[in-house]
Amino acid sequence: MIEVRNLTRRYGRTIAVDALSFDVRPGSVTGFLGPNGSGKSTTMRLILGLDRPDAGQARVGGHRYRELRWPLREVGALLDAKAHPGRTARNHLAALAAAGAIPPARVDEVLDLVGLTAAAGRRAGKFSLGMSQRLGMAAALLGDPAVLLLDEPVNGLDPEGVRWIRNLLKSLAAQGRTVFVSSHLISEMALTAERLVVIGRGRLLADTTVAELSAGSASLEDAFFRLTSEAVEYQGNEATS
Amino acid sequence: MTAQTRVPAGRYGLAQAARMEWIKLRSLRSTWWTLLATAAGTVAIGVAVGLNTRDGSGDVTNNALAGVVPGLLLTGVLGVLTMTGEYSSGTIRATLAAVPRRPLVLAAKAVVFGAVTLIAGEVAAFVAFFAVQATLRPGVAAPALDQPGVLRAVAVTGAGSCLIGLIGLGLGAIIRHSAAAIGVLVGGVYVVAQFVGIMAHAVATYMPILIVANSLSTTRPVTCGTDAASCPDFLSAWTGLGVLALYAAVALAVGGWLLARRDA
Repeated sequence: MIEVRNLTRRYGRTIAVDALSFDVRPGSVTGFLGPNGSGKSTTMRLILGLDRPDAGQARVGGHRYRELRWPLREVGALLDAKAHPGRTARNHLAALAAAGAIPPARVDEVLDLVGLTAAAGRRAGKFSLGMSQRLGMAAALLGDPAVLLLDEPVNGLDPEGVRWIRNLLKSLAAQGRTVFVSSHLISEMALTAERLVVIGRGRLLADTTVAELSAGSASLEDAFFRLTSEAVEYQGNEATS
Repeated sequence: MTAQTRVPAGRYGLAQAARMEWIKLRSLRSTWWTLLATAAGTVAIGVAVGLNTRDGSGDVTNNALAGVVPGLLLTGVLGVLTMTGEYSSGTIRATLAAVPRRPLVLAAKAVVFGAVTLIAGEVAAFVAFFAVQATLRPGVAAPALDQPGVLRAVAVTGAGSCLIGLIGLGLGAIIRHSAAAIGVLVGGVYVVAQFVGIMAHAVATYMPILIVANSLSTTRPVTCGTDAASCPDFLSAWTGLGVLALYAAVALAVGGWLLARRDA
């Protein structure tokens, strides 16, 4: 369970996250959608205590992240938190495991789970984007946490990897875990998520199910564009010939 | 999802954070290369200065430890990179998600990095001392550890290397960018110190590099007798060590305070 209440964060004059409130419940995959610059990553960092809110708060399993007793065993996060390029995948995970008093055998288990066993001894600086994402997933799953926060997990993954993530997230949710996944790929969210939290310019636009949001529109994508049309920060134009 | 490990009682603390930092430090090859280069340079310079010592009535121990001062630069830079490397790679977010009580992260780094550089610094200082002892010119009396001040000079110099490393670690936490922090370290510890050493004698005795060179690595405090206008009286070895420890403590305290307040 993730509870976000009135969460607000400004950077200078711009409001990145504006009085955001929503809950993410266990047992289903909740997609976190919004245009570029809408505040998805900031919200995730605020939930994890990496950035400080100007107002409001976020709780995970009833506690603020900084108060957790064994953070890695309670919350798994995939952020743009790369491993040090000079460190092997196995050592990166072993260091995190030590912080959570997680048995070293679990490192090999998650390496196997994400398909990196053969690359475990290679330095993370040599990894492709897809491999880095897999290593990030391994770190998130290391502590076998009940809550997962994943920021754009399918970025850089090949089609096999995208499908693997989709099935993994569904099975994690089916085990009763809370799975909160940000993405800007609406079609992917339509396949993976049951529930959706949609934000634009830091404000909550919808907190609903995929089925409800798509109802009345030709596709989830159309519904998303209708919802966010007022809140798009960066918009391209059609090419003129 | 096998191994559904039971959540242990209690809460993570310094022990878990220090274990994490130890794995991180030892799993980077650059750590070992830097420490090896520091030790090799310390010994090589010491031997070279020893071989050029023709007058055994001077402070031969100080000459044997002459390589420590340039070697300190590498230890300081390693301290900076131990912190700034986390920011440049983005690992800092994984670290702080694992250990959200942030001052604990810096404390763990200080304990682990301090212990490693203390051992490395002592090994380098003693190896340099014995190497010089064995390679002095005939006719130059070799110093021995049981002579007054000699053991203290060698041991305290090794510890000084660790303290400069911790100053680097603190600067890394304060400044966060590798190049800028290394610039401040080299500029502050070396360049400014040399400049101040020439310009303002009263302050010169408190410059880190001059403390190591003139207070820690000497068997008798460097004094200039009556010619005090051109040369200050340096701190005693223990006072010098205390001043360096104070600098390291301040750098780490400010770094820890900022780490806890800033966004990651």
